[in-house]
Amino acid sequence: MATVSRPAETPLVLGEVTLADVTRSVAGIVEAKTPRAWWAAFAFTGTLTLVLIAMLTYLVTTGIGVWGNNSPVGWAFDITNFVFWIGIGHAGTLISAILYLFRQRWRTSINRFAEAMTIFAVTCAAMFPLFHVGRPWRAYWLFPVPNQWSGMWPNFRSPLIWDVFAVSTYFTVSLLFWYLGLLPDLATLRDRARSRIRQIVYGVLSLGWRGSARHWRHYEMAYLLLAGLSTPLVLSVHSIVSFDFAVSILPGWHTTIFPPYFVAGAIFSGFAMVVSLMVIARWFFGLEHLVTMKHLENMNKVMLATGLIVGYAYAVEFFIAWYSGNPYERFAFMNRALGPYAWAYWTMVACNVLVPQLFWFRKVRTSVPAMFVISLLVNVGMWFERFVIIVTSLHRDFLPAAWGMFRPTWVDLLTLAGSFGLFLTLFLLFVRFLPMISMSEVKAMMASEEAA
Amino acid sequence: MSEKAKRYWRSLNELAGKPEFREWLEREFPEGASEWVGSRRALLKLMAASFALAGLTGCRRPEEKILPFSKGVEGYVPGRALYYASIMTLGGLATGVLVECHEGRPTKIEGNPDHPSSRGATNAFAQASILSLYDPDRSRTVLRQGRRASWEELEAFIREHMQRAGKGEGLRVVSGAVSSPSLLALKAYLLDRYPRAQWVEYEPLGRDNELAGLQTAFGQPLQAVYRFDQAEVIVALDADFLGLDNLAPAWIRDYASRRRPPTGPQDSMSRLYVIEPSLSLTGANADHRWRVRPSEVSAVARALATELGVGGLKVLGQGGPYPWLSALARDLLRHRGRSLILAGPRQPAAVHALVHWMNHYLGNTGRSVYYTEPVVRTDLAALTRVAEEARAGQVGTLVILGANPVYNAPADADFAAAMKRVPVTIHLGQEVDETAALATWHVPEAHYLESWGDGRALDGTASIQQPTIAPLFGGRTASELVALLAGYEQRRAYDIVRNYWLRRWNSPEGERQWERCLHDGVIPGTALPPVTVSPDPRRLQSLLNEPTPATSELEAVFVPSWATYDGRFANNGWLQEAPDPITKLTWDNAACLSPATARRLGVAEGDMVEIQAQGRRIEMPVWILPGHADGAVSLPLGYGRTRCGRVGRRVGHDPYPLRTSAAHGFVVDVTIRRTGRRYRLVTTQEHHSMEGRPLVREATLEEFRAQPDLIHKQGPKAELFSLFKEHDYSQGYQWGMAIDLNACIGCNACILACQAENNIPIVGKDQVRRGREMHWVRLDRYFEGDPEDPQIAWQPVACQQCEMAPCETVCPVAATNHSPEGLNDMTYNRCVGTRYCANNCPYKVRRFNFLDYHKGLEEVQKMVYNPDVTVRMRGVMEKCTYCVQRIEEKKIQAKAEGRKLRDGEILTACQQVCPAQAIVFGDINDPGSRVSQLRRDPRNYSLLAELNTRPRTTYLARLRNPNPELAGQEGS
Repeated sequence: MATVSRPAETPLVLGEVTLADVTRSVAGIVEAKTPRAWWAAFAFTGTLTLVLIAMLTYLVTTGIGVWGNNSPVGWAFDITNFVFWIGIGHAGTLISAILYLFRQRWRTSINRFAEAMTIFAVTCAAMFPLFHVGRPWRAYWLFPVPNQWSGMWPNFRSPLIWDVFAVSTYFTVSLLFWYLGLLPDLATLRDRARSRIRQIVYGVLSLGWRGSARHWRHYEMAYLLLAGLSTPLVLSVHSIVSFDFAVSILPGWHTTIFPPYFVAGAIFSGFAMVVSLMVIARWFFGLEHLVTMKHLENMNKVMLATGLIVGYAYAVEFFIAWYSGNPYERFAFMNRALGPYAWAYWTMVACNVLVPQLFWFRKVRTSVPAMFVISLLVNVGMWFERFVIIVTSLHRDFLPAAWGMFRPTWVDLLTLAGSFGLFLTLFLLFVRFLPMISMSEVKAMMASEEAA
Repeated sequence: MSEKAKRYWRSLNELAGKPEFREWLEREFPEGASEWVGSRRALLKLMAASFALAGLTGCRRPEEKILPFSKGVEGYVPGRALYYASIMTLGGLATGVLVECHEGRPTKIEGNPDHPSSRGATNAFAQASILSLYDPDRSRTVLRQGRRASWEELEAFIREHMQRAGKGEGLRVVSGAVSSPSLLALKAYLLDRYPRAQWVEYEPLGRDNELAGLQTAFGQPLQAVYRFDQAEVIVALDADFLGLDNLAPAWIRDYASRRRPPTGPQDSMSRLYVIEPSLSLTGANADHRWRVRPSEVSAVARALATELGVGGLKVLGQGGPYPWLSALARDLLRHRGRSLILAGPRQPAAVHALVHWMNHYLGNTGRSVYYTEPVVRTDLAALTRVAEEARAGQVGTLVILGANPVYNAPADADFAAAMKRVPVTIHLGQEVDETAALATWHVPEAHYLESWGDGRALDGTASIQQPTIAPLFGGRTASELVALLAGYEQRRAYDIVRNYWLRRWNSPEGERQWERCLHDGVIPGTALPPVTVSPDPRRLQSLLNEPTPATSELEAVFVPSWATYDGRFANNGWLQEAPDPITKLTWDNAACLSPATARRLGVAEGDMVEIQAQGRRIEMPVWILPGHADGAVSLPLGYGRTRCGRVGRRVGHDPYPLRTSAAHGFVVDVTIRRTGRRYRLVTTQEHHSMEGRPLVREATLEEFRAQPDLIHKQGPKAELFSLFKEHDYSQGYQWGMAIDLNACIGCNACILACQAENNIPIVGKDQVRRGREMHWVRLDRYFEGDPEDPQIAWQPVACQQCEMAPCETVCPVAATNHSPEGLNDMTYNRCVGTRYCANNCPYKVRRFNFLDYHKGLEEVQKMVYNPDVTVRMRGVMEKCTYCVQRIEEKKIQAKAEGRKLRDGEILTACQQVCPAQAIVFGDINDPGSRVSQLRRDPRNYSLLAELNTRPRTTYLARLRNPNPELAGQEGS
């Protein structure tokens, strides 16, 4: 087995790595004894998940009043968290679908990871619209299901209905795509399994994959099709989420720039989340040779680019608010920058626009600690972006007499923390029981590089 | 009630003959709390029983008749409300009401159009009184030394005790103001029987100073009755005649009738000048307002009298120290016989004397003001004397009827100490209050909706108070207790009242007349005749020669509270949660200071301060109120109750300890010191400026006359189109509402009426702090201009019923939709509670049930619900419906009668209650309807029209009528 080397490009797999090495290092993680650190992490995130369950139980049994939402701020942490988590998911789809179609081969070692993140982020996201309604036990009325009102349909003019379809489609397609990509690797794990339980579980999950040419042919075709299906979703889901705001009449929400701005922001935050998690996983499981600095640097470049788009959007919003001559619009934006939530606005600007500028420097871009800190800050900034859009627009709109303030309660804060707990718990389970790097794809890439 | 109805009601209860039911009735239902925490079945039984009581023999009031106001019991249809005429008495003065009853359960109070104090309107207190009826914290049983006793024990005790009463030495009766002719007759009977006894009437917010002033002015006991509809120039000296110094909604109606913009060139709008220390509702509505310290009002009154040349005084022509006064005086002189000067009850008698002299001099007597013998005669000094006697051990028996002197008597009377020295104290009251706690006997008092009585309006018109439900907690009336004390022949309130009037009429038609009076709610021919007065110039001269009262650096003025009045409504959650119209504070009172005074004293909003005067001290939080007089602090009374129900206990802070009989209206030489502690005050409105937005549009009368399209030019003109298919509004009824901001005085009555009509819950201080109050109609209050002396405007904002409603398009489950009649309907049981509609509502009028605000209510509290309106569960959105239940009721009625609805047939709750008639509702498809006419008025505009929401509620701009001579001179 030859090492992979291309004169013009930095290699995507480092060192003397054979195909067997790839299998060993990836499948080995799943097969090894559970590391003690994993248990520690799992205990922590599991506790947070229990906190989430407790908070949601409290919420459902008592009412939305346990949160800080009020009149005029009908949405606050709930929808902020929803948009935040949906945004996180976007990196996964972008990496797995769009980069696949564009034949960006560097995606192979991070796509599984990113796709898993998509699924878990969308799970966290979907939870919020469900629980933010006043009567969650009636939330299914948002779906066009047969009902007692002689076939009453939901209101198709409402962007929330579009959300329901967008998010559920997104979740379904992402799950299928991810699972399909997992099949060859699941079969590998099945073949390597020593215990009966593992054989059965991985056996069932791998759906009888034998690696025959026919299987590969169908697999490749299905994968391509799903990549094609997923691609518009990258753009559509967050566009539709942005319609929740853009279609309304609220100053600060009612803006046509929202769809591209939201998509860019989503990719921005998604990549930041991949980087945050990847640098830990890569270091902990010793995958530096598979997830190389080149991968990380590429992701940082994407963050720099999308961060600039987001920064541009912030500037344009202000310009349009002024240019429109609409006094309510002007006030809304002045209020963002100078009002009682100015601290949130400037946190957002600092984290999303200023901090990523450091990625212009190669040294920063290739420094693991630097990128870890920056990616965390970007996620903070992106959470605040949604908070700023939602809360500062709502809290002071048209009639000053109806203005108010939103103050989060401890339930708000713990629910947000709990959603991270759920996300990370799912992630820990993923890295423990499934191959976090797509072995088949890395191997295919190695083979093709060799051939090249 | 007819024979037929009696049969009907009897047959309603098959169980009437069953022994359990009889036993239950005989137990003087319902005695203890245990019966109330019962099942739905128990509630139904109770409701049934409350009708049945009228028809069943063996119960307490077998013969008492209740006549419906306008709809006969003959045609009684279950589910349809019946209305009974009655009165509500506050401060001794009666306001006529119609009580809406559903299946024998009163649920709503309306004004009686035939009653001179009401003329169809009521105030916030009357609206909220229905909640007090069902207050589970009301006193439920006779108490002896705090232990449960029975009425029979009390009866036996009194009979035995009064045998030793002799000529009544040491017997003192203390009550609130009494206008009730039958109770006054009983009082006379009692005092006749016990000639050495004394009966003191007092009110913490009484009109003692006015009566004393009129005595000085005209040499006889008199009261003033005002005719605001006859006044074109009004000068109010610390007189809040639109607010809490007035309990007759009819005054507001009269005032508002002269504030309509003129239709012809001859007509004019009245002009209101206010000179006051605190910022009152009247001051907020003034065309010109000057801020003075409370003690300075005397000097202003003298200067004005001089300026007018009253009684041949030399006119200085400069206004003395008040340069604006000469223009004011000239305005008054131009309107002789069409002007009116008033002084508030906080001002000393001398000011009242001067004011009425001025009125007389201006030829207003018999026109805008007339004088009659007083309807109520309160005497605060007598109360202090009784307390002194008691402390000296000279009082053997003290009977307190419905008053709470331990809480609200002047601090120097030290009534608590006085009570402790009296061997026998009998207290009649609706709650176990501060006074009840110190009394040897406490007797639960019946609510006015539960008991027979009578009372008089300020003009003397008497009315019968008829019950609409049997006493829920077995209460008695003051007349019943006095009858027992006096050994009067009749013992039941019904007999006392009825016999009084039958005897007074002494006619064979008496029975018929009684029934007619019950039906109409007024007794004809009982209004007091005007008394001819003649002032004595020598008294005037001697009064003017008296030194003017001393003023001081800082003074405190005691004002009534919008929530509790004088403290008596402290346990009423609706009132506690209704925001003060000026400060917008709820669930609290605060010491109000002007921004400049606060700066001078170095105190900030929410600081707890110690307020000291005459060696007495209280602690209170500070509220900074733009427009308040400098060097003065307003202290709203009626808070800080220590013995009260669960709602009002320890809400706010009590200023009564600072209030002495010598300084009852205001106190000078006050010091304010920071304690260093902070206190959380909660308001329903955190922002007070319109931010330059054309929300409340206004102009001066002159500007408007010169340029009638001015109002439209104040806002952007926007003709927009919709992306969605527009509804067809050309057919059928199309409901609309017009709110005249020129008439609206900001009195809160609409908020309370809406709350009562639409089963709106209260949420409590903590939830209000979180911005979750549920009122369907807000009274947006804006300050404009100089923060020290701003102009104030109100704007009632409820659902605007947009034709292109932004809330409807965004609801994912189509829970809010448009009706063919243009209403924005809310389907509660379809709502899942995404709150998207509220976010997208530019008027922010949608209210969300963040928690289960109806949770934990006792059965008796649920009796207040209007059965025509759904009680909303948690997690759903709600909002104003234009009282759709009332619309449907009238539509059904019209359909059954095969006719179209008449204009004005449907009254929304806010419209019906509005004393200023600022709200007009009707069919905008009918070009002749009043609402259509108003929509064509040049003052008519839509709020946020530029959003293309096309609201069905429109506003009519406010007009101010400043004196051109005074341009730029306000705000001294």
